[in-house]
Amino acid sequence: MARRIAGSPAMGVASFSPLAVRGPRWDGRFTVLILFLPPALVLFTLFVVLPVGEAAWYSAFNWNGFGRPTNWIGFDNYLFVLETRAFWLALRNNGLIIAVSLAIQLPLALTLALMLAERFRGAVALRMLFFMPYILAEIATGLIFSFVYDGDYGLVASVWRAFGAEPPHLLASTDTSMLAVLIVVVWKYFGFHMMLFIAALQSLDKTLIEAARIDGATRSQTLRHVVIPLLYPTIRLSVFFAIVGSLQLFDLVMPLTRGGPADSSNTMVSFLYNNGISRMRVGYGSAIGVILFVICVTFAVTYKRWFMRDE
Amino acid sequence: MSNVETTRAPFDSAVLFKTVFLAVVAIFVLVPLLATLLGGFKSLGELRVNPFGLPRHWEWQNYADILFSARYWQLLRNSLVISTVTVTLTLVVASMAAFTFAHIKFYGSSMLLSYLTLGLLFPAATAVLPLFIKVRDLGLLDTYFGVALPQVAFSLAMSVLLLRRFFKDIPYELLEAALVDGCSYIKFFRYVTLPLSRPILATVGTITFVNSWNAYLLPLVMLNTDALYPWPLGIMVYQGEYSSEWHLILAFITLTILPTIILFLLAQKHIVAGLTAGAVKG
Repeated sequence: MARRIAGSPAMGVASFSPLAVRGPRWDGRFTVLILFLPPALVLFTLFVVLPVGEAAWYSAFNWNGFGRPTNWIGFDNYLFVLETRAFWLALRNNGLIIAVSLAIQLPLALTLALMLAERFRGAVALRMLFFMPYILAEIATGLIFSFVYDGDYGLVASVWRAFGAEPPHLLASTDTSMLAVLIVVVWKYFGFHMMLFIAALQSLDKTLIEAARIDGATRSQTLRHVVIPLLYPTIRLSVFFAIVGSLQLFDLVMPLTRGGPADSSNTMVSFLYNNGISRMRVGYGSAIGVILFVICVTFAVTYKRWFMRDE
Repeated sequence: MSNVETTRAPFDSAVLFKTVFLAVVAIFVLVPLLATLLGGFKSLGELRVNPFGLPRHWEWQNYADILFSARYWQLLRNSLVISTVTVTLTLVVASMAAFTFAHIKFYGSSMLLSYLTLGLLFPAATAVLPLFIKVRDLGLLDTYFGVALPQVAFSLAMSVLLLRRFFKDIPYELLEAALVDGCSYIKFFRYVTLPLSRPILATVGTITFVNSWNAYLLPLVMLNTDALYPWPLGIMVYQGEYSSEWHLILAFITLTILPTIILFLLAQKHIVAGLTAGAVKG
């Protein structure tokens, strides 16, 4: 950094003026600024920032999307959302997904990473196999598992029949639909977290681990008191991704259950889709979107402040 | 593996546990995928009695019918067009912005960068309804660009961050020397920065491609014509039509995820690097 500052001529407000005394060399900077920055800023503003702002604006109207919004109803859309039982069910389901991600998926990913970070024949192949579900489209994954769970033709059904039991229709029952979704969530995403941990393990300072072993620490002591603490930054990051991802889960739910039966497996986004987008209730849907936005941003900001200060 | 490890007698039970554990997880991952692949080779009747095993009669017809249908190729073509447009635009627009942020100091630079980084926090679903209205007002509804442009916008934050970090590591002396020799910033960008940055461009391109190829919500909202559907939408329609003819649906799933799996096997390194890159230093 010091070198860079030393090497570059006076930087600051004045130096990017095309009239700077440095000659034609510095004119180029202004051209770059004018040509290179606007496309990104315009696209980002037009298709990301404005729509989020507009969602807040539209959420104050009762509007079906045609013409201009005129029917101002203030905060009523938010009240309607909060009065809907299905919304709270969706929120609870997002909570369940977070719980399963943290309590089952992350420990599983960490265990596998510790096993597969070492070199042995087949380790790389297993890593790739476990990572594969992550790159498959959510839609394809959901369809594959709607076959696995199918009460007539599916894998689960055939296991049940082998024991002489009546096969369950897991996705068609309000008691089991969410459980079925949760299993797919673990199947689909544990490989991603495992890869994060493997990358971190491979960049660890090996001398610390050797030092611990030389000092007489056992394998499990080294693991508990040296390796895991060194992984804390990655664990915090992994928790962050797991929660942000869980809050926005949608694609996976659609081919499995579409949020049903009777809203039992809706997530916030599938609830938004079923009640706002597919019926073009722009105001109501926007209100759900804004609630989701507030939850995500509050979480991200708080989490970064509390747990990721130094990164 | 066990041959090497068994020589260390005290860890025998640990090795056994490890082997069993890895085998169980491998089966958990593999069985649904293999059952899908093999299910496409069975008849519906056989699928019902024998969903796990190898087919007794290999029904090549299921796969052949799909491979010779215009529908399958049209879905892949639509996906390919949308993904290619998205990746190209993302790489061009993001690398230009990243170059500016990396090499040019100007008032407000860090503020604008934080503004772009906001994109990492925003849930796409919040923007979807207003995006629909905006894309409709722009007359882009039911076009490839109506899907691609928002996808580019949403991938910019991550792409600019990754590219800028890489561009900053290109030695400053190189830029200085080039400028002294009369090379302009734009020529430096075109003939030095971009060629030197192939690895990171490949990484960013891969993330963007995989995300766009797999995307469901945006195309679902922006497209109404079947003829424009990318494959995730098309496969849902197909499943709706053949609701319980699982042998056909499984063959269709296999053939539509095949390109992803082939790409993954060919470009493992880039894909793993790309999809975990944002995480290494968030």
